[in-house]
Amino acid sequence: MLWKALYLSKYILRRILIAFPLILGVTTVVFVMLRVALPGDPAKVMAGDRATPELIEQIRHNLGLDRPLFEQYLIFLRNFVQGDLGRSVKFREPVVRVIVKAFPFTAALTFLCVTIGTSLGLVIGVVTAVYQRTWIDNFGIVVAVLFYSIPTFWLGLMLILIFSVGLRILPVQGVGTWKHFVLPVATLGVGQSALIARLTRSSMIEVLSTDYVRTARAKGLAQRRVLIRHALQNTLIPVITVVGLSVGGLLGGAVITESIFHLPGVGSLAIDAISNRDYPMIQGAVILVAASFVFVNLLVDIIYAFVDPRIRYE
Amino acid sequence: MSQLQGAEHPTGLYELAILKFVRNRVAVVGLLCLALIVLAVLFADIVTPYDPIERNTPERNLGPSLAHPFGTDKLGRDIMSRVLYGGRVSLQVGFLSIALTTLVSVPLGLIGGFVGGLVDDFIMRVMDLILAFPGLILAIWLVSLLGSNMTNVIFAIAFFSLPTYARLIRGVTLSIREMEYVMAARSMGAGAPRIMFFHVLPGVLGPLIVLTTLGVSGAIVTGASLSFLGLGVSPPTPEWGAMLADGRNYMRTQWWIAVFPGITITLVVLILNIIGDALRDALDPNVRA
Repeated sequence: MLWKALYLSKYILRRILIAFPLILGVTTVVFVMLRVALPGDPAKVMAGDRATPELIEQIRHNLGLDRPLFEQYLIFLRNFVQGDLGRSVKFREPVVRVIVKAFPFTAALTFLCVTIGTSLGLVIGVVTAVYQRTWIDNFGIVVAVLFYSIPTFWLGLMLILIFSVGLRILPVQGVGTWKHFVLPVATLGVGQSALIARLTRSSMIEVLSTDYVRTARAKGLAQRRVLIRHALQNTLIPVITVVGLSVGGLLGGAVITESIFHLPGVGSLAIDAISNRDYPMIQGAVILVAASFVFVNLLVDIIYAFVDPRIRYE
Repeated sequence: MSQLQGAEHPTGLYELAILKFVRNRVAVVGLLCLALIVLAVLFADIVTPYDPIERNTPERNLGPSLAHPFGTDKLGRDIMSRVLYGGRVSLQVGFLSIALTTLVSVPLGLIGGFVGGLVDDFIMRVMDLILAFPGLILAIWLVSLLGSNMTNVIFAIAFFSLPTYARLIRGVTLSIREMEYVMAARSMGAGAPRIMFFHVLPGVLGPLIVLTTLGVSGAIVTGASLSFLGLGVSPPTPEWGAMLADGRNYMRTQWWIAVFPGITITLVVLILNIIGDALRDALDPNVRA
């Protein structure tokens, strides 16, 4: 028992140690891109077309652009470690403070979609696998591939058209009540459930044809018990990994969903920042979203180790 | 020689795959529909009599009719013409970005998997780094820095897709590297480039075809998403995502502006996904014809 726990903690520790250089890498990439990829002088671009030379000089100084590149990088890293991602040009406030206000909306939206979408997908996947090659399965496959193919932005518009414009039962945009969250979560969650349903189905079919499931059935166990105790646990293993990776897609989808439903999340903030050329803001949003993605996958890998005992011996 | 080989192996993996694919009726119908859509998009100027950009004020805001099957927008432009011409942008973004990714990732994955060691470590760590960013977020960031135009959209999509492809190709290469026929080739004095190109690459092709088919559908959606957010081609050039962004403002009164471009994207993506699934089944030796 003890050595098992030891193995596990060693694995978790190693996994955490991998996450740090990854986040460092992410910030480095973001830093380099802003300095290298942006055509022309970032200060000039940020200041806009009608800026006075003094303003440009001030921005340049604020961003530390008047120093050598490597020094800029070190300052940027030091500030990042201290939780300082610069000041937003538009809000005239620290970027982190603005993002912290918006983050709960994005986190809630993503979390609801992961949990609801994944649960729904699991149920559909298991049911279609159990009723393989029946009309239930065929229907499930068709619905899943259709929902998997509908682009988020169009689904959002169509849901508004049906439920807000047509039936008038749900609000079009904004926040306030739980009703405001129904359409955004549906918009983003449908694709998630379709993805998980497809994966669960194929994983479950594979597990159901294994010898140990046949043995379990042969010794007279009830169907429900075979499915839950023997099949589902092993079906979950590939599903968990994909759930972690899908969070990346959901975070991207959240940008679109927030933009459609005017939710004040990080995505709306980023899109707003782009049209305002508020580069510190965009940079902060990108770093934060990427860091959360790295963190979620770290979490998933740890859960993974608990579900799949084989992982510890690697 | 090749004829003789064909006679000796009538059930090679790829021949069998084609056979299995052709028997999948849904996929074949999908492929035909896709061909039809691509042709209509390519020959848009013959298929539709209307100009996709020029204003036609007397005919503005018309609902779907025989003359305008998808209706017209606020400037009197025929939506169907705009969907067809817009397809040129969207399909180009989809196919070109994935072509670019494939072109770069094949050598990266082959070399990483085949050479191994530090080279492999380096390539894979860079790929991990790109993977740490959610794809669409990275694309938004890149396009916002480089500027909104089709070339940058294609580049951005190709860039964030790279790790998925490189990882797949590397994984397959690793397993093929240990196969006996590769060892046989090596023992006969074949060099690394020759083995990679003639012995490993054909084995990589199967999974790669599946991934690229699904990749094109994903890239079309991402391209349209970027345009929807105002980061793709600039107006008045028609593009599916940009048309939807325009249509969202008129949903209460002119629903058709947002509905038809959306149906078109969904249809194309759906067909590509169905074809991708069918190819996966066809190329899987465990699935019987």
